[in-house]
Amino acid sequence: MANSLRTPEGPGVLIRIESVTKRYPDGTVAVDRLSMEIPDRSITVLVGPSGCGKTTTLRMINRMVEPSEGTILLDGEDIQRQPVTTLRRSMGYVIQNAGLFQHRTIVDNIATVPRMLGWGKQKARARAAELMERVGLDTALAKRYPYQLSGGQQQRVGVARALAADPPVLLMDEPFSAVDPVVRKGLQDELLRIQEELGKTIVFVTHDIDEAIKLGTMVAVLRTGGHLAQYAPPSELLSSPADAFVEDFLGGDRGIRRLSFFPSGRLELTTGPVIPLDATAEQIAAPDALWLLVTDADGRPLGWSEPGDLAAGDIRPDRLLSHGRPFVPGTDSLRVALDCAVLSPTGWAVAVDTDGRVTGVVSQQTIGEAIRSAHAAGRDDEKVAG
Amino acid sequence: MNVLNFVNSFFSDSAHWHGYDGIPARLGEHVRYTLQALLLAAAIGLPIGLVTGHYGRGGNALSLVATAGRALPSFGLLVLMTTLLGFGMLPVMIPLVILAVPPILVTTYEAMRSVDPSPVDAARGMGMHESRILFQVELPVALPLILSGLRSAAIQIVSTATIAAYVSLGGLGRYIVDGLYQRNYEKVVGGATLVAVLALVTLALFWAVARTAVSPGVRRR
Ligand SMILES: Nc1ncnc2c1ncn2[C@@H]1O[C@H](COP(=O)(O)OP(=O)(O)O)[C@@H](O)[C@H]1O
Ligand SMILES: [Mg+2]
Repeated sequence: MANSLRTPEGPGVLIRIESVTKRYPDGTVAVDRLSMEIPDRSITVLVGPSGCGKTTTLRMINRMVEPSEGTILLDGEDIQRQPVTTLRRSMGYVIQNAGLFQHRTIVDNIATVPRMLGWGKQKARARAAELMERVGLDTALAKRYPYQLSGGQQQRVGVARALAADPPVLLMDEPFSAVDPVVRKGLQDELLRIQEELGKTIVFVTHDIDEAIKLGTMVAVLRTGGHLAQYAPPSELLSSPADAFVEDFLGGDRGIRRLSFFPSGRLELTTGPVIPLDATAEQIAAPDALWLLVTDADGRPLGWSEPGDLAAGDIRPDRLLSHGRPFVPGTDSLRVALDCAVLSPTGWAVAVDTDGRVTGVVSQQTIGEAIRSAHAAGRDDEKVAG
Repeated sequence: MNVLNFVNSFFSDSAHWHGYDGIPARLGEHVRYTLQALLLAAAIGLPIGLVTGHYGRGGNALSLVATAGRALPSFGLLVLMTTLLGFGMLPVMIPLVILAVPPILVTTYEAMRSVDPSPVDAARGMGMHESRILFQVELPVALPLILSGLRSAAIQIVSTATIAAYVSLGGLGRYIVDGLYQRNYEKVVGGATLVAVLALVTLALFWAVARTAVSPGVRRR
């Protein structure tokens, strides 16, 4: 049933903004000769400080704001050439506080656009129920009213409502800014999953650079006055900010944040210091290591110990040092691996498979070398690209 | 004799329950005047209030008109209208409508202004037509306040419609005017009691309408 929502394979809708300027009646120039191409089937994030023209740019795409100069093309066609309601119905629109209709039940909120397009009540409600599942909402909430939902749930309803008529484009204006960090992370993960499944062209506005880097396929950093400071994939943004403004906006730890884009799969693991709970005296003595990681019968980590503190046949799990949070090579990034090493009492990170069984350990030093070579490779890629 | 005795003897007198001057007849007239005036006032006040509230324009002009309307004394207006237009229904309706329009107009405008702008923004963004936004997004949320405006207009009309009796028309005012003239205080108190009861019934009716017409999502219960 979920398949009925999948956008057909092939190109989606790309949006081209061509030297667009917006001057408000009071003279404020919110956007100044902005040109950018928004690729199809991806998330393009507009990010920048408050008042830099993000909302204005977004709202010009669905003509909630009319540009003073310039054109916006949707799939090569000027958006001025179709009736404004037709244009808007082909674009989902999600706003900060969800903007739900408080007099309508959740299911009827989601069914709004299908109903507007003339669908029958049953069909529209069936679609709404399908979307509730898609955005991770319990369908038991269908008959509730918005005030009976948490902020995060309301925001999910907002996303479901925007997706209801299966528009190729989704415009989102700070949709997750008003919810707490934990809920926000859940919503972000959900959006990435939905994007993967549905292949929409999403334009996403935020003032939060971390959110931009996490969600964006492409990130446009805007400077006050609606100037495009840099338009690049997040990893490139972190490695080579275009100017001091972008660098400052990225914050002080962009080197570490960039590690999120490097896989940990190629880290060289060692199993030398890993010993079982029932290790013999030889097994304890053999590895020439300062620290040993003890595992249980299934190979799951129990904790660290110095070899001298271990007695063969009498290893007490409660006497071991915590093994810290393990990482999964291949799934987790270098950033996670480094974090595990930093948090580990021994400076060694524990690698496990998806079942939680130890596949090896890796030192901070080895991770540091991997980081250096990843950065070097990244620079080479950029040289080739540029 | 105290007031309660007046009330008691007025209502227990079977002569007061029959004929053209009987309670059912006078009550019927009074309700008819009230409904007519309320419908006319709503026909003027609601559309103007809804549209100005939706577009957020003309609020100042509106409150000026409303204040002016409130400042006009109903009784004075009645006398003036009767002098100008002669006896009839119209000179009675004009002051009643002028009395009822301001609360309807101002409350409707305020109700529409107080609607959260983000659902309206969302509706516009999804390609909803303005008229649909007004009736299907704003009105359902503004409804409780709009009803309260209609309710206070209705209550004011119920009590003020008694002035119809001064220009030889019917309604519950008849008992009060005639009673005063005849120094029949039983009649005066009886008439006043009926007006009060009618006002309470009006309140109850509006409560029932609000219960059924306002969405549980707006009532939050
Ligand atoms: N309707 C408007 N009239 C006048 N100025 C506006 C209007 N909307 C926004 N602005 C101004 O345009 C600039 C950009 O606003 P906006 O696009 O909302 O920025 P952002 O979404 O990045 O915070 C700001 O200086 C803002 O004050
Ligand atoms: Mg904004």
